[in-house]
Amino acid sequence: MRERHASQGARRAREFESFVAGAAGRLLHAATLLTGEAPDDNPRARRLLTLALAHTYAVWDRLRGEDPYDRAREYLATRFARAAWHHRGGLLSRTRAHPDSALAHLGPQERLIIVLRLFEGVGEEQAAALLGIPRERVHALCDRATATVLHPPRRPAAAAVEAGVAPS
Amino acid sequence: MNRTEREAAVRRIMERVPPVPPPDLYPAAVRRGTRMLRRRVVARRLLWVALAVAAVALTVWAVAVQPWVAPPSETTPSLTDW
Repeated sequence: MRERHASQGARRAREFESFVAGAAGRLLHAATLLTGEAPDDNPRARRLLTLALAHTYAVWDRLRGEDPYDRAREYLATRFARAAWHHRGGLLSRTRAHPDSALAHLGPQERLIIVLRLFEGVGEEQAAALLGIPRERVHALCDRATATVLHPPRRPAAAAVEAGVAPS
Repeated sequence: MNRTEREAAVRRIMERVPPVPPPDLYPAAVRRGTRMLRRRVVARRLLWVALAVAAVALTVWAVAVQPWVAPPSETTPSLTDW
């Protein structure tokens, strides 16, 4: 029993290591786009990714043929969505993107949608189900985010400050 | 520019600078994952222990009190001959 347990642990460690070696780069890229940090300075994205990978490791034996990459990505997205929701009214610096980020002019939810839909190629239906919002809203948010990325506003800092201050 | 082209352009912008994964990612993930697993095992074990204790307590109580036995009547017996 103990022997089988140990061999199962060794197999899990081996499989997980090759999974991390293959998927970490892509997942970290997605996480960095999500948190809106600069590619060379991304502590929040690293933390998020470590958590997602740890979660994947913990459920490794119960995946039953499910793709671990999907599981990690799902965890990454939902965890980020929850954190963004909690920090919505809090410190703006935590949710606002770094100017070096490719998605510097987008809000957290727009970043989430555009990363899932375009960077990761998740279907509209699946993204909507994952985030618990209607499909039409995913479609509209994705369109708006695409337009903002391609035609960024001229004075992003001033616009962001106004947008942050106006509702309160 | 149609929708497909716009999406392709955004994809290219996003793919531009890939970040480098930190070298300690794998050990950190395994450490945290192992801790999560261990915590889950401990929680499950505690739950089973609580369940067992509850079952034993119920049995002991039932044997001691025997709630299925009708209690002796404390009211005055009804009058039958008067």
